[in-house]
Amino acid sequence: MKEFIKHLRYVLTENPVTLIAGAMFVLLIIAAVIGPSIVPYDPMASNASQSLKAPSWDHWFGTDQLGRDVFSRIVVATRLDLSIAVSAVAISFIFGSILGSLAGFFGGWVDRIVGRITDTIMAFPLFVLAMGIVAALGNSVENIVYATAIINLPFYARVSRTEVNVRRSADFVLAARLAGNSSLRLLATHIYPNTLPPLMVQVSLNMGWAILNAAGLSFIGLGVRPPTAEWGIMVAEGAGYIVSGEWWLAIFPGLALMLAVFTFNLLGDGLRDLIDPRRRT
Amino acid sequence: MKRSDKLRIIFGRLIQAIPSIIGIIIVTFILTRALPGDPAVYFAGPAATEKSIQEIRTSLGLDKSMLEQFWIYASNLARGDLGVSVSTGLSVKEELIRRLPASLELTFLALLFSIGVALPLGIAAATRPNSWVDQFCRIVVTAGVSLPVFFTGLFMVYLFYYILGIAPAPLGRLDIIYLSPPSITGFYTIDALLDGDFETFGAALSQMILPAITLGIFTLAPLARMTRGAMLQVLSSDFIRTARASGLKRSTVLYTYAFRNALLPILTTLGMVFSFMLGSNVLVEKVFAWPGIGSFAIEALIVSDYAAVQGFVLAMAILYVLLNLTIDIVYTLVDPRVGLES
Repeated sequence: MKEFIKHLRYVLTENPVTLIAGAMFVLLIIAAVIGPSIVPYDPMASNASQSLKAPSWDHWFGTDQLGRDVFSRIVVATRLDLSIAVSAVAISFIFGSILGSLAGFFGGWVDRIVGRITDTIMAFPLFVLAMGIVAALGNSVENIVYATAIINLPFYARVSRTEVNVRRSADFVLAARLAGNSSLRLLATHIYPNTLPPLMVQVSLNMGWAILNAAGLSFIGLGVRPPTAEWGIMVAEGAGYIVSGEWWLAIFPGLALMLAVFTFNLLGDGLRDLIDPRRRT
Repeated sequence: MKRSDKLRIIFGRLIQAIPSIIGIIIVTFILTRALPGDPAVYFAGPAATEKSIQEIRTSLGLDKSMLEQFWIYASNLARGDLGVSVSTGLSVKEELIRRLPASLELTFLALLFSIGVALPLGIAAATRPNSWVDQFCRIVVTAGVSLPVFFTGLFMVYLFYYILGIAPAPLGRLDIIYLSPPSITGFYTIDALLDGDFETFGAALSQMILPAITLGIFTLAPLARMTRGAMLQVLSSDFIRTARASGLKRSTVLYTYAFRNALLPILTTLGMVFSFMLGSNVLVEKVFAWPGIGSFAIEALIVSDYAAVQGFVLAMAILYVLLNLTIDIVYTLVDPRVGLES
């Protein structure tokens, strides 16, 4: 543990970009947890006399067509956007890594079936498949989560399949087998925990993509509905005002989205350095 | 000997695409049957009467067993029957065929832009590691994958249309004052050129530049990253050192020796790039009111026009498989190692 903290400090100080990403990550978490109670305005309260005001001291990011404060809405939206992405990634992580581990450990027909499933998902352009899934299951926030989880499943399955496969006949596994452990027990307690570090890198890199994907779905009108504050739908609502010069409606939520994705991508790179110094880019 | 080997491999690739297509058909079938409630009600659309729902139920064969239903679904597909779009009243196949050229024209121009920027950038970054070009490449790569494609699009509209006033309004393929060129290929730019109408060509191209760049920025990141990585790897290999030591010209070493070998992993990345591109196409089409199959799908989604969405998903997936197949075949043709073993 002490070694790990030392290494963590080394990675953070060695690469300032990772440090910045870490700080932005903390900021996002704070916004998600206590955001709704610290914002200056009620994100839902419309005020006709204040509609479409440019950014000012009172309204940092301006107001939208109903006079709602854009800054407050962006901060409040953090929780929804992050929870969609986190739940989607968690689901695909759990199911993907279990399927992948089984395929990598047992091989044979299990491997073939899992391989066939992942290949079939990957045969679709992923965003298009997500659209189809949401359309089929029904237009709701949960179904956005499921759709995002399904299209990300192959990545986890593939990583954990490879990681389990290379360790399947490692010496420590053979030793544990000789000590009388059953196959499933070997997989669950000896091999699986060792595959977690590379999977964690995958999680972090995947988070950004999951956020983008969910926001893209709500941008085209799936899942989250107005007047809910969510980044994708805020950009969509503001899109019509761009051509008449009211840029703050769409640009600020877009920037928030970009910042969140950026944070997770940089964090993923940093995490990779932390876990596997050899794969540094 | 060598030629027949390549032909055999290409044939093998064609065979390998079949399971993918079967998988796609099964998935779209499952998606149709996963509908909550009665699929017949969905297919009939929001304005359906009790009688028309009953008709659709029998015509879809929803009273039959799953296997029979799948057989009917597959044989309808084989005849090219994708159902009727309730929002436009036309058959889904016709709608898709009518709108496909708009999407393809945009996608090809975006691909051209993306390859045209990513390859030189990646090569320049690889030949001068840690220089400013390399740093610039790194920024482009990280920013490219983090930018939501609809945000980039809107930002460009604001900058080039509203502030600078040099781009046309983001409203479709052609400004309203122009007539669309006689349809030959369906690509407005090419049709206008074939017609000898340079004014329309310019107008169509200027409408297309912003959406194509938007789409291209998103997809050039993985390409540039891969080009840089592949070039770095090849440049550090022994045969490059030998070539340099033999006194070959720098450009010969770089392009004839290194780049041709780096091309293989780059081609493989193109598959992923296409997946990105076809997906983000939908978003870009919405931002720029582009009348392609993406906006067709969005309109259909909003009014729960189910057959249209399914047709769109299926068409995109088949298109994606075909693109990947093309990449595989090009790969086989380019790969100098194929056929050497024998």
